[in-house]
Amino acid sequence: MTARLRKTALSVSLALVAALVACSASYTEIPIETPIQSKLDVSAFQRIFIAGFIAGANEDVDANMETVRLLRSQLRNKGIMRVIDADTLPLLEVAKQSGETPAPPVPDQQAVAPVQEPEANKPPVFNDEKDLEPYNQIFANVAYWKRIGEEFQQPLIVTGAVLFAPQQRSGFVQREQEVYDSFGRRQVVPVRTYMERKGFVLRPTFIFIDGRTGETLHSETFREEILYNANQQTPALSSYFELMDRLLPAFLNTLSSQKIKGTRTLLK
Amino acid sequence: MSVRPLVLALFVVVASAPSAWAEQRGQAKEQVEFGIQVAQRGLWKEAIYRWERAAQLDPTYAAAFNNLAVAYEHQGQLAKARTAYEKALALEPNNALVRQNYDLFKEINDRAAQKDGAQR
Repeated sequence: MTARLRKTALSVSLALVAALVACSASYTEIPIETPIQSKLDVSAFQRIFIAGFIAGANEDVDANMETVRLLRSQLRNKGIMRVIDADTLPLLEVAKQSGETPAPPVPDQQAVAPVQEPEANKPPVFNDEKDLEPYNQIFANVAYWKRIGEEFQQPLIVTGAVLFAPQQRSGFVQREQEVYDSFGRRQVVPVRTYMERKGFVLRPTFIFIDGRTGETLHSETFREEILYNANQQTPALSSYFELMDRLLPAFLNTLSSQKIKGTRTLLK
Repeated sequence: MSVRPLVLALFVVVASAPSAWAEQRGQAKEQVEFGIQVAQRGLWKEAIYRWERAAQLDPTYAAAFNNLAVAYEHQGQLAKARTAYEKALALEPNNALVRQNYDLFKEINDRAAQKDGAQR
């Protein structure tokens, strides 16, 4: 009887092992690369000019200069087009001179400019999209962009506006917490906690202008944000790069086709 | 009297149907497995041919449609990939692996679709 039981148990375990092997072999993971076509046909352009951006001076980060530097270096690394290395355009001044001079917005409580001394040439601090709106008319100034295009041998011009602003948010956040029951067993349970969080929002608008005509070819806006615990000290510049890093592939995909790497499961 | 052979013939047809279906599924399975082997070597066009064959042999075989969708995705044929994923999910709505593939696909497909919407 015991031998029979042992035999049955053995056959059951063998069947289980066989079933497990069968299950584990019923699928396989495979890496894939999905090609995504470029959003813009740039075959007519050999050169690209990252002209500069309407941006404020929030949190010690010069979003204009940092964005210009980053995009130029990314484009150079990818070898997408010849990148024109020239001074950025003083877009804020041009916008002011072009008639409808917008009054610089007043910084709010959350976005305190680091240097408080009054300076005539100090760039304004932009806290939200509305602060940037008065400057947007410069992008539709076809004559201006055509003149810039002639100056740089009719490249593809990239300009736009970059909003990089601090933000604070409080509310309930769900996080996982380790707990031990009366038998000392570890469990991870979701806990809702009220938290004060602060971070940054990055909202760049990239405008692609035909340097031959001054006309806008394409425009796109992104929005990324990051939040930290209120007591965490993260430099604004590193947050800026972290957020830009998220949207760079989409920016580059405007100019060249890209392959998105991933993994999928094949079934038997 | 003449009905008896007819009934017999019908019985033979009905009795042999499951085995014919099993044979079709067996052949489709062979095609799917061969497709996986060639896809793993990077021969995606051959894989597509095999999985299309499997889907023809057995149109209820969700794995064939799932694998086809993955191959179409790899080739950048996103519309075809979507159709194949949707077919696989219609056949096996509770298959978590197909659902996971489809969700990942949708992320990329949405990004590609954005480009058309964002253009001025």
